[in-house]
Amino acid sequence: MTKRTWRGSLFAFGWRHEGAANAALLGLPAIWFLTLYLAAIGALLITAFWQVDDMSGDLIPGFSFSNFAELLSDPIYRTIAIRTIFIASVVTLTDAVLAWPFAYAMVRLSGPRLRAVLMALVLVPLWSSYLARVYAWRLILAHDGVLNWTLSAAGLPDLHIGYSNWAMWIVFSYLWLPFMILPVAAALERIPPSLLEASADLGERGMATFRRVILPMALPGMVAGAIFTFSLTLGDFVTPMLVGGVGSDFIGNVVYANVGVTNNIPFAAAYATLPLGVMAVFLLLARKLGAFDAL
Amino acid sequence: MTAGLKQCFARIVLGLSVSLPLAQGAEAMQALNAIGKGEGTLNVVAWEGYAQDDWVKPFEAATGCAVHAKYAGSSDEMVALMRSGGGDQYDVVSASGDATLRLIYGHNVQPINIALIPQWKNFIPQLQAPDFNTVKGVHYGVSYEWGPNTLLYNTKTFPSAPTSWSVIYDPKYAGQVTVPDNPIQIADAALYLSKTQPALGITDPYELNQTQMNAVVALLQGQAKLIKKYWALASDEIQLFTSGDAVVGAAWPYQTNTLQAAKVPVADTIPAEGATGWADTWMISAKAPHPNCAYAWINWVTTPKVQAEQAIYFGETPANTLACKEMDAEQPGACAQYHGDASAAYFNQIKFWKTPRTQCGNGKDDCLDYAAWQRAWQTIKG
Repeated sequence: MTKRTWRGSLFAFGWRHEGAANAALLGLPAIWFLTLYLAAIGALLITAFWQVDDMSGDLIPGFSFSNFAELLSDPIYRTIAIRTIFIASVVTLTDAVLAWPFAYAMVRLSGPRLRAVLMALVLVPLWSSYLARVYAWRLILAHDGVLNWTLSAAGLPDLHIGYSNWAMWIVFSYLWLPFMILPVAAALERIPPSLLEASADLGERGMATFRRVILPMALPGMVAGAIFTFSLTLGDFVTPMLVGGVGSDFIGNVVYANVGVTNNIPFAAAYATLPLGVMAVFLLLARKLGAFDAL
Repeated sequence: MTAGLKQCFARIVLGLSVSLPLAQGAEAMQALNAIGKGEGTLNVVAWEGYAQDDWVKPFEAATGCAVHAKYAGSSDEMVALMRSGGGDQYDVVSASGDATLRLIYGHNVQPINIALIPQWKNFIPQLQAPDFNTVKGVHYGVSYEWGPNTLLYNTKTFPSAPTSWSVIYDPKYAGQVTVPDNPIQIADAALYLSKTQPALGITDPYELNQTQMNAVVALLQGQAKLIKKYWALASDEIQLFTSGDAVVGAAWPYQTNTLQAAKVPVADTIPAEGATGWADTWMISAKAPHPNCAYAWINWVTTPKVQAEQAIYFGETPANTLACKEMDAEQPGACAQYHGDASAAYFNQIKFWKTPRTQCGNGKDDCLDYAAWQRAWQTIKG
């Protein structure tokens, strides 16, 4: 009986003081966010100005721009940054193009049953391990893999794209495609059919309707998808390690090598601030294009 | 309380951002006086092929120490692992000569009471107190096994063994070469140049000044155009040779043994220029949570039987001279094949991995340190 009264009064309190109830609900995630996420980024920014003793590996706290100076003076780090951003952009464009026909067919052309099947086809790969899928591609693209086997069966010359930037482009595009299809499909679904009918009534042909009605209305969905494809590629280091070749290192690989391998954490932290900046710019642009309304 | 909170916060910040090897100062730690009862667990950082069931299972049965092995692909990774999480995650590490001094000067490993390692007196003299694991008379580790880095090749492409390392710099094999993704690989190129371009004056492949390094980097940048993939783990290279993506490369005998067991047409050789190599040492973490199991492990793996099993499995040479008989018992002729009876001349011919430092052996201070090697390596592989 007492327990019930206690609970009852708690509910009553929450009912009367809406702010307190919200604070109780959001409190735990907020603490988690502040300590684990913001503190981690803060620590990252602070360590970027530290140094490391080369022989003992001890960290030397302090304030010095030498890590940044080293990053700017050696052209290799510029090359790697440009490569990372370029491939992330190309993968995003590729996925944007590939996602369209699939999302359109799923939303506009299929009945409910086919639609469920198509949806399952998009989602099922996400249930298997990322590593398993990357290794599968490694076997497909290898010198004696399925790709060259198929090509030679068709009488075509072999392709030597295993362990290269081409391989990374294909694998990344494959890996992140579902993250583009889903928001594009959601955006397409939200276009009222009446608008398409109105466009037809006003004498627009299919292509013009697509260009002037469907595309602008689906754009926020595409940009939302682009946030995923771009940021996931930008931060990845496993795919370059497994399917990349010579000259395939990403920013993530340099960070990984400096943290996990050579123990120069300040240098890694300094380099890791670059993708943070790139993503900040990207997200600002995305917000301008209305991507957050489409999520 | 506030001091405690502050400390707590500082630890969280540091713990989140770094794997800090909490500096313990230079005060010498005491070595263990006697081996006590095992703690039931042993966490091992090792090279691939160094914690095989053949000797791990009997060890677990005999001592009750359950072995958890973590494989590392490079010396750098081993050092990083031993320093991770404050240094108390792992008990022992099979560090090579280019990692041992970094672990000693980083206070990451503890002194060893060599009197507790009975097999030590049977080691070849060069490995009883080598300068890469014994500093000022204090042992920080127990030598294990050693061997050369070899040239691995596909026997269909090379019907007879190549006699020079030049094949891994030869445009004829463009897109079919693989070498380790490891800054210490610079020493292989330096060794090659010390023989082919004597004018550079390279006497020790680990002691390079800027001029010499520039020549080495130029050679390796040319090689990068021929590389199919820089391998990070031994299993990567095994896959490259199995699929035929690579036909020649720098390797360890372990890859050769594994590939030959899988009937892949490969063989290995030490070309005329000689070879770099490794001499491994078992070391105990300064903060080892299971020191008794750690000593038990070192005693186990230095016995002639395990030394022989390890030597044959990996294709290397044991430190324990008594292992020779066991090797022949396990596989006739193995002792001679893996140099178990090696002479001092053979030992001295291998340029063992060591940490590059600014102090050159010749008294000059213009050599490049390991950080410079790392930067050069990143430039090479792009």
